Amino acid sequence: MSDSVLSAPAAQNGSPAVALLRHARYVVSENPVTGLAFALFLLIALCALIGPYLVPHDPLASDTAAALKPPSLAHWFGTDQLGRDIFSRVVVATRLDFAIALSSVALVFAMGGLSGVAAGYFGGWTDRIVGRISDTIMAFPLFVLAMGIVAALGNTVTNIVIATAIINYPLYVRVARAEANVLRDCGFVQAARLSGNGEFRIVLTHILPNVMPIMMVQISLTMGYAILNAAGLSFIGLGVRPPTPEWGIMVAEGAGNIISGEWWIALFPGATLMLAVFCFNLLGDGLRDLVDPRRRT
Amino acid sequence: MLATLGKRLATAIPTLIGVVIVTFLLTRVLPGDPAVYFAGPAATPQSIAEVRKSLGLDRPLPEQFLRYVGDLAHGDLGNSLSTGQPVVKELRSRLPASAELTLSGLLLSLVIAVPLGVLAAVRQGSWIDHICRIVATAGVSLPVFFTGLLLVYIFYFVLGWAPSPVGRLDAFATAPPSITGFYLFDSLLARDFESFRAALSQLILPAVTLAVFSLAPIARMTRASMLAVLSSDFVRTARASGLATRTVIVTYAFRNAMLPVITTLGMVFSFLLGANVLVEKVFAWPGIGSYAVEALIASDFAPVQGFVLAMAILYVALNLAIDVLYGVIDPRVRVDG
Amino acid sequence: MRAPTPIPEQDAGHALPLLDIRDLTVEFATRRGTVRAVRHVNFSLAKGETLAIVGESGSGKSVTSYAAMRILDRAGRIAEGAVSFSGLDLRAAPEATMRDLRGREISMIFQNPRAALNPIRKIGKQIEDALLQHAQVDRAAAAGKAVAMLEQVRIARPRERYHAYPFELSGGMCQRVVIALALACRPQLLIADEPTTGLDVTTQKAVMDLLVELTRERGMSTILITHDLGLAAAYCDRVVVMEKGEVVESAGSETIFRHPEHPYTRKLMHATPRPGVTLRALLPEGSGEPRPAPASAPDVDRQPLLTVENLVKDYPRQGARGALSKLWRSEPVPESDSFRAVDGISFSIGRGESVGLVGESGCGKSTTSSLLMRLIDQTSGSIVFDGENIGDIPARRFAKMPLRRRIQMVFQDATDSLNPRYTAARAIADPILRLGNLSGRDAVRARCEELAGQVGLPLDLLDRFPHQLSGGQKARVGIARAIALKPDLVILDEPTAALDVSVQAVVLNLLQDLKDSLGMSYLFVSHDLNVVRLLCDRVIVMQAGKIVEQGPSKRIMVSPATDYTRELLAAIPHPPL
Repeated sequence: MSDSVLSAPAAQNGSPAVALLRHARYVVSENPVTGLAFALFLLIALCALIGPYLVPHDPLASDTAAALKPPSLAHWFGTDQLGRDIFSRVVVATRLDFAIALSSVALVFAMGGLSGVAAGYFGGWTDRIVGRISDTIMAFPLFVLAMGIVAALGNTVTNIVIATAIINYPLYVRVARAEANVLRDCGFVQAARLSGNGEFRIVLTHILPNVMPIMMVQISLTMGYAILNAAGLSFIGLGVRPPTPEWGIMVAEGAGNIISGEWWIALFPGATLMLAVFCFNLLGDGLRDLVDPRRRT
Repeated sequence: MLATLGKRLATAIPTLIGVVIVTFLLTRVLPGDPAVYFAGPAATPQSIAEVRKSLGLDRPLPEQFLRYVGDLAHGDLGNSLSTGQPVVKELRSRLPASAELTLSGLLLSLVIAVPLGVLAAVRQGSWIDHICRIVATAGVSLPVFFTGLLLVYIFYFVLGWAPSPVGRLDAFATAPPSITGFYLFDSLLARDFESFRAALSQLILPAVTLAVFSLAPIARMTRASMLAVLSSDFVRTARASGLATRTVIVTYAFRNAMLPVITTLGMVFSFLLGANVLVEKVFAWPGIGSYAVEALIASDFAPVQGFVLAMAILYVALNLAIDVLYGVIDPRVRVDG
Repeated sequence: MRAPTPIPEQDAGHALPLLDIRDLTVEFATRRGTVRAVRHVNFSLAKGETLAIVGESGSGKSVTSYAAMRILDRAGRIAEGAVSFSGLDLRAAPEATMRDLRGREISMIFQNPRAALNPIRKIGKQIEDALLQHAQVDRAAAAGKAVAMLEQVRIARPRERYHAYPFELSGGMCQRVVIALALACRPQLLIADEPTTGLDVTTQKAVMDLLVELTRERGMSTILITHDLGLAAAYCDRVVVMEKGEVVESAGSETIFRHPEHPYTRKLMHATPRPGVTLRALLPEGSGEPRPAPASAPDVDRQPLLTVENLVKDYPRQGARGALSKLWRSEPVPESDSFRAVDGISFSIGRGESVGLVGESGCGKSTTSSLLMRLIDQTSGSIVFDGENIGDIPARRFAKMPLRRRIQMVFQDATDSLNPRYTAARAIADPILRLGNLSGRDAVRARCEELAGQVGLPLDLLDRFPHQLSGGQKARVGIARAIALKPDLVILDEPTAALDVSVQAVVLNLLQDLKDSLGMSYLFVSHDLNVVRLLCDRVIVMQAGKIVEQGPSKRIMVSPATDYTRELLAAIPHPPL
């Protein structure tokens, strides 16, 4: 409460928000691709929010007379085997794919971030237990483990979210643990101890805020992977069931038609999926430059 | 050297125990009645009861676990419902197909990605650096099943260069006598160049698909670690003592830069083994991935669990190999054992 | 192998300088446009001469030599001027020629010797690489020559060490290997860039002595780049002083010490702690009224504030493990593998007394300060603070005890000790908010401003974040935070180690003033006897976890009782006075 007092109004050009904005402008001007990625991200978010109200056709309405039509003015992305409008399906699918990725990332951010910070800061048994869990997860090829989890837990969208969160867990733990482990021995954390802060307060006010930026980068980087993973699972028939529109399953539906030349059924959902993942990866890279220019690769 | 190797093997044991526990948990403790899963979708209450008894699901959990471990020790992963064959047997017969595909994909991507990453770092800011950046970002964004389909459409349907994407050999070729299980090697050993050509032409597209996918992390890591090493103090010393550019880059920078890349290989393998499942489905490749997918669709769970376990064991073994390789290159690890 | 570039023969009559730098300007392309790191620098170096380039961080002293060797990083370039080596124009020379000169004619040694060697190549092989490159030997004789070089830099058992990797050697040994590498091809010029920074004083002396001996033996010229005027004057014939990219003064080292001409040199000279100089004399002339010397007559009757008895701290030794096993720490740590960092030390600190704790790295002085601060628990022994055994209170619980406010600390690295997300005011307020008995935002703010005034931090800097402050300002914030609760004892853990000498002088004086006005006790932990004795009445010398000597600082500086202290004192570079 009294913390806010001390940052007096005088700090106009010194506040971190302003500095960050200035830095952000620099990053975007230096690397316009990041700006593009951000625009794309806004578009995807918009599709997810209001897409279903905008599309020209009912994504589930089949029309066998108009089946397997190539892209035209009436059907921008063509139609599939059942004559459903692919453009409408692709747009409507955004919400589901986005929601799966977002909720799994949120879940793993809470679980992995907190346990990683605890492991890195407290060490000892906490570290050992968290380490063992994440090591066991890492012992599996991640997509294969996700397959196994969804197969065992049951073939639902919720379980896809859980499986995606579980396989991302070690990545979050690793980042948060490493960061907290370094901060633990930092001078300012020792100084906080001397100032009479308890361990819990140190974690909350000194460690977490300083771990946060790198975790935000991690979120952005794993969003793309989460979408890919969910789409991959539904491609092999897990999670989402037809006729629900979802990018992975739509590619699977069009896979058989590729060798007979009906490319549009698989291409449009596949390309959209790719674009979405690409956008998140670019955004993640941009964010990383923003947070820590030294880690630029 | 043998002692260090032994020590390293020992470190894998707890990991393996963890893997076995997780796969056991995946089959038994999770919600629902495992017996219903294992009996399949068309089961009657009677058959479910039979399955429960034959699997020992009526026993207490620790006993079930011991029995599970005992079965594993005998190489028993249960039988597939749809084919009636032991899962182990099927996995073993299909493994070479998957291994041939994954390894050729990895080899292909290493051959491209490592030089690309090195060149990008050495000529920072040049066109090759930009290519490397694009490849690294685009590569990880491509859904592997989509890349596969795209390649099929272009090279099979439009250009007609590739054979139809159905398995390891086209209908007219005969499989070479099995020695290694890798068609490329076996056909060469049998001097059957016709089969070799046929096997290779079937392999190229799926292998390229996998390579495109794993190219990105390797190229990115190579570039990053090469850049870090090139700006390090010891490279500056090497330059200041006038060593030839080749010596500086190869002996001093490259060998050090490879260390993090080797570590990344573990992660790359994890991605590859997962992507393998998707690629096998796209190309109807008769490997263990497509076996698992078929079983999944038929709700046939024993093969799926067997597959997960087999992949995990394979992956642990690969990581072990990476660890050993790392120790060979880095003297600092060698000493600690 | 390329044929060696011919170096123009010198006529006996024209004594060309070996290295001649004329009007050198170096530019760096940065985000904010072009920065001139070095401006119009002139100096030359005769054959066999030893020259020092002295300056504080950012003075352009390293960049000058990198430019001469043409090993600037890609952002930097020589904008103007000429560099000639034995008459050869180095600025215009093709890269192939430069490569040929580097190592064979001009060698370089960098700071941080361990990082300067390829971590995964045997040190012998690294020396061989240089020898083979410059066609000094054939492949068969290379190994023998490399071993001979190791022997010349006094590495024991050179034949075995040939097969060693850098991580198996100490920092001092690594620096010897780097010297061997630099001298292997018998160059005419050696450029040593802060060769002993980060090494202990005794190691520093050994390395410098060796360097001087070997270069003199070979009739080589040497350029020593350093921030330490004392070191420069002790080992070099001539000194070039640089400030902000320009040469401000260039003279013989004796002259520069006796009659520094340029105000900057004078300031630098003044700020350098040296024997027989008081703390106040470190400040630049005319900076405020001459204050009286601190009344530091050691009071024998002083009541002890803190008494330490038989303090011991053991650490378990941990080995590195393989990648897969890192998180599976299943093997128990063997009991015998513990390391005794502090080995039964006893001493006391009186009220209002300042005590110096001196020793080289790894002697246990930092562990001791952490123990006294109750940041870690001791293995055995007692720490009695004002009659209460605080050693009995576990470190975890100590944070919230009322006693906590009475013992505070100033950290070694001011940057590292400030939370990057806290403003200076927030950092200073932290202990007040947690342990102080002030309430209300205005009262806290007022106290922060009062403290800022005490440590000489301008009030308008209070709302800045650490990255917006200079090193000296950050040090002031750290000091303000430490005295915020009016502690009885402040532990100063190398508070000036990361600062330039001129800033160090100011901070040391500030600490002295604060002690005089607030009556605190100090425990000043440092590796530098010369700095410690300026501020401390009494000095404790530690080595390998034990106290080897303690007594009044004057006595210890003049007549040390043990060999180790004598060695420490002798190792401090003495300028020719």
